[in-house]
Amino acid sequence: MEQTTRSGMGVFGTNLKNLWRNFKSSMIRTGIPASDRDRAETMVGNFFLHIQGVKVHKNTLRPGYTWGLGLITLSLLLILSVTGIILMVYYNPGIQNAYNTIKDLSFVVIPGKFMRNIHRWAAHGMVAVAMLHMARVFYTGSYKQGREFNWLVGIALLVATFALSLSGYMLPWDQLAYWALVIVANILQSPKEITDALGITPYFDPGGFFKELFLGGRIAGQESLTRVYLLHVVFFPVVIFILVGIHFWKIRKDGGLSRPEPETFQPSGPELDPLPVPQKKGGIFPTYKTYGLMELVRGRTPSVDKDVENTVMSWPNLLKAELAVFMVCMAVMMVLAYYFDAPLKEHANPLIPENPAKAPWYFLGLQELISYSAFMGGVGLPGIALLGLALIPYLDREQNHIGVWFSNKQGVSVALQTFFLSAVVTIGLLAFTVNFGWFRNWWPDIPQLVITFINPGTVLVGLFVIWSFWILNQTGSTRMAAISLFTFFLVSYVILTYMGTELRGPNWAFYWSKSQWPIH
Amino acid sequence: MSNGLTSESEGKTRRDFLGLASMGAFFAAMLTALGGTLRMLKPTVRFEEPSAFKIGKADNFPAGLVKTLDDRSVAIFSDMDGLHAVSLTCTHLGCVVQVKEKGFACPCHGSKYDAMGKVIGGPAPRPLPWYKISLSIDGSLVVDTSKEIPAGTKFRV
Repeated sequence: MEQTTRSGMGVFGTNLKNLWRNFKSSMIRTGIPASDRDRAETMVGNFFLHIQGVKVHKNTLRPGYTWGLGLITLSLLLILSVTGIILMVYYNPGIQNAYNTIKDLSFVVIPGKFMRNIHRWAAHGMVAVAMLHMARVFYTGSYKQGREFNWLVGIALLVATFALSLSGYMLPWDQLAYWALVIVANILQSPKEITDALGITPYFDPGGFFKELFLGGRIAGQESLTRVYLLHVVFFPVVIFILVGIHFWKIRKDGGLSRPEPETFQPSGPELDPLPVPQKKGGIFPTYKTYGLMELVRGRTPSVDKDVENTVMSWPNLLKAELAVFMVCMAVMMVLAYYFDAPLKEHANPLIPENPAKAPWYFLGLQELISYSAFMGGVGLPGIALLGLALIPYLDREQNHIGVWFSNKQGVSVALQTFFLSAVVTIGLLAFTVNFGWFRNWWPDIPQLVITFINPGTVLVGLFVIWSFWILNQTGSTRMAAISLFTFFLVSYVILTYMGTELRGPNWAFYWSKSQWPIH
Repeated sequence: MSNGLTSESEGKTRRDFLGLASMGAFFAAMLTALGGTLRMLKPTVRFEEPSAFKIGKADNFPAGLVKTLDDRSVAIFSDMDGLHAVSLTCTHLGCVVQVKEKGFACPCHGSKYDAMGKVIGGPAPRPLPWYKISLSIDGSLVVDTSKEIPAGTKFRV
């Protein structure tokens, strides 16, 4: 009896001694992997790593191919989530308190100002980098060959990013926030422009309905702030993380990142922990390996024995790259946050509109279009642009030149031609409008419906479409037409954004520089 | 042997039918629930000030007076023909318009209106609305911003 007790105590003692080791091996089975087999097992067995493949194509690791843009976007999203939750500790979404709590964060809480700055710069960075990521995916033809649906998920992510940025902009309840809220509410109301012209507003008023749904009333107030706050901290974050999950899942299911055909791929740069090329001893599978069917994926990816010399283990090659990108993002955000403060204007005042009342920079291109027609600039043209982007992979079905920037020499020349043409056309149209005005300046009694449908914004989009159809006719290639359309979109977005940000002053009048603004 | 459960001519079994019916019931239930849930987002009570408000006795508005009520975003004009109230909220994006010599001007996107509220420049899609003025029992004037009247309708004192 005594002996059993002693031995029981002994066993317990041993277990206690091994507690840490057993806990560690129950959590991470392999420890730090030493062999390729362990590396594979680590990637497959770890919840956070298993969304990535065991092996990764060298092209995926080429900085000149991806520029790390997708990873940067994700890194910024993670930074935003953490800083956002920290900011929520102090922020209070009441119109009496919101402004004061932001002031509290800025001047009292340690390191509140720094956190808010990081949150702000990461938000701006995420919008910019997400757009660049979209451009990278487009110009390398990565929306083809089974990746069509993921392109759509990406567009949904872009919309969610814009929605998060805009709703965050409204929370401090300063003058910027209040007037942005009012302007967004009136953009939602802008379908009235059409229903009024048709005389059906008393019976069918989607504009008024959306405005009231957004504001929680007829005027911007506490109800509106509550709604915007919920959208910003619950609704859109949930949506964006679900979409991010689908986006990454689809990358795996579509066979990894796009890349050139194996025959044309020339690995360059430093050797990345190379794996020996299998020496075949007869048969299609090398004898020293065993294969199990893990999953069926579309495309040409997991083809045994093909392109295998261009793949490397994800541990450590991919993980190192990911960590490096994350570290750089953190560093850049901290430096920006240290030197540049997020602005905070006066407390919201419904009696004095900001002049000019400007949205964040990424919406100022749209605001320029809104200054021609609220409905077209705020609803019609963005809707057409998103629909056009969404349709690209379904209207351009050419399945060659994937994974190559601009497809080929012709693609480069189409992109360059479109770049110069769209720059000249967009600047020309803006200069014309600034100097000579538009229909209402010439014929004051012109019906609103005419201006809604024919204004500098719609003319510009019309020119986009004509030009890309002309390219389609000339080259006989839908990919070339897509390149011209997308380039036109990108160039005009940049120019309109610059116009709205730098060249528009009080009363939305044109000024070469802020120093020329009149005193007001 | 016919078990009476299948109807080969239509190509559907009773099981198919029941399956479809239950799926239909599922979606009908979910749609109804969604509709009810979304209805909740549209406010029934607005925690706002009432849209009708008193502006004082008519004697306070001699002909030629222009009075702007900033917190209501309304301007009251008085002339020989009577009184009228014009909204000061720009019909483009909701900025506050300023009363000028002969009309109104919006600082945000440069919309211009004439004295009647008609758009004469800029992106505004609609004229400025005129609001109904009425007389309350105690003799003071009431402006109701939820009731628009045709431009040019003036309240005779």
